[in-house]
Amino acid sequence: MLFYTIKRFGLAILIVCLAMLMLLSAIHLVPGDPAGIALGPRATPEMRAEFRALMGMDQPFFVQYFRFLGNVVTGDLGVDVWSRRPVSTMIGEQLPHTIALAMAGLGWAIVLGIPMGCYSAVHRNSVLDKLTGVLSVGCIAIPSFIVGLYALLLFAVELKIFPEIGAGDAGDIEDQLVHLVLPGLAVGLGWVGYLARFVRTSMLEVMGENHIRMARAYGLSNRRITYVYALKLAILPTVALLGVGVGSLISGAVFAEIIFARPGIGKMVVDAVNTRNYPIVMGGVLVTTMLFALSTLISDLIAAWLDPRIRQGL
Amino acid sequence: MADTISSDVAIRREPRFAWFRQLLRDPLGCFGLVLVLLIIFSAIGADIIAPHDYKALDVKSRLAGPSWDHLLGTDNLGRDTFSRILHGGQIALYVALVSVGSSLLLGLVLGMLAGYGPSWLDNLLMWFFDSVRAFPVIMFALAVITVVGPSLETIIFVVIVTTTPGYARIARASTLATKSTEFILAERALGAGVPRIMFSHLVPNIVQPLLILASMDIPVVITIEAGLSFLGLGVKPPTPSWGSILNDGYGFIRNTPWLVIAGGIPLIITTLGFTFLGEALRDVLDPKLKKDR
Repeated sequence: MLFYTIKRFGLAILIVCLAMLMLLSAIHLVPGDPAGIALGPRATPEMRAEFRALMGMDQPFFVQYFRFLGNVVTGDLGVDVWSRRPVSTMIGEQLPHTIALAMAGLGWAIVLGIPMGCYSAVHRNSVLDKLTGVLSVGCIAIPSFIVGLYALLLFAVELKIFPEIGAGDAGDIEDQLVHLVLPGLAVGLGWVGYLARFVRTSMLEVMGENHIRMARAYGLSNRRITYVYALKLAILPTVALLGVGVGSLISGAVFAEIIFARPGIGKMVVDAVNTRNYPIVMGGVLVTTMLFALSTLISDLIAAWLDPRIRQGL
Repeated sequence: MADTISSDVAIRREPRFAWFRQLLRDPLGCFGLVLVLLIIFSAIGADIIAPHDYKALDVKSRLAGPSWDHLLGTDNLGRDTFSRILHGGQIALYVALVSVGSSLLLGLVLGMLAGYGPSWLDNLLMWFFDSVRAFPVIMFALAVITVVGPSLETIIFVVIVTTTPGYARIARASTLATKSTEFILAERALGAGVPRIMFSHLVPNIVQPLLILASMDIPVVITIEAGLSFLGLGVKPPTPSWGSILNDGYGFIRNTPWLVIAGGIPLIITTLGFTFLGEALRDVLDPKLKKDR
């Protein structure tokens, strides 16, 4: 297990490095001068040269790449083009908001998805099971920003049950939680569908096993069998699958942060794209890619811990 | 005599359309098919169906609610939302067809090369695919847009780069499974060259799962286009896109709910339609895949 962990960890780091190499070379290869785009058409050649030197773009490509990697290791992600603040500080300020939002999304998925999946598995082929199946596909299909916009329109603008924008007062936990409800729904509704399907499938698998039949033979109540014995086993593979979904969770978070005007990595990067603030965009992409790689790593490790056969696969 | 001929024809034809009949028997598949046809026809016929010019400004009746003249109301410049949605469908389907088609072809070729070619090429391509999949899609799109600037071509480029690995992985797996079968061995013994084996013998055997993936990818691609246009980083105005209608609606959400509602409806119809159709197609064409997803 230790050997597998080390190998899988190394692989994750390698993938992130390769991904950044690909992104940098794609940016390097496309026609267009980032300095010219960032400074606008009125910039003088001297201003552009100074900008390039500041961003390290006057160096050969591989020097740029390895300097970038070296800087990342020491926690230096460059500076904001306009305010000259370090990007790593800015990301440090924004990241907790995005992680809280992703957690709220997962919370919705767990609160709605797991009971839906359980119910479907227990009452297989009932009308409600079929309805849940259709609903889960619907939840997966509908884009998160539509969910966000409709939720904002219905619950915040029209019914005024939940606040419209912002992340709530700093320090007031209750206010912050209330501000997370709707954005969390936008991020998490797709996962409600996924979870319901995963839980249903794995519950059905577990329910067919011998020890469940045994429990039934001992006369344990159906409810106890379902929620204590079967669910405990059925939920573990689902947890292992969650990590793979963090990529879509991050993409959803970008939209939720824009729609509900919340602080976070997504809003920071979108604002930076509009002002051509190149270092912030790169920093944001790097951090989210690392977050994504980390979560797939964790879910792979959980899967390997649960199923020793996977450890041999790498 | 006449009877035997007609029954002959029936026997020969049945397997060809059996999958379609099976699809029609699935109520959700039917529902999906109807929604997809609705979207396709409304996009093709946009010029005929649209009651107004989608660019025509009518400032006096701006931000109006639905009426018989403006079925879905008007936007902040008084343009007819219904007409803009019909024309936005053309953009959405254009992006979806061009990028999904290109990713499918590119993924097919790269996947076959990885599966059939030398192992160093296989490893190289797999590393490449894995590193592309390491990015959250929207973040990758934002990084590319920062450098190239927002446009329809940028969106198509981003979608092709991020979706090709999915096709290539499936094509590679099916190629690996097919290349050791006896009929390929027989072809090689007959002296067929690599291109002939790849394109006339491998392709027909591995293309079906790719087509299923393509039908499930179309709503994803349409969502990416609409999402980026919603962020103001997609198609440029005055080109109508469902995403930019939503963006206008978001800006005026306190003045009128209709723009947001109207902008979301076509996206919901399209994503639900293609997803239901794709799931039904997958169940009909390849029941083996059903359990995996």
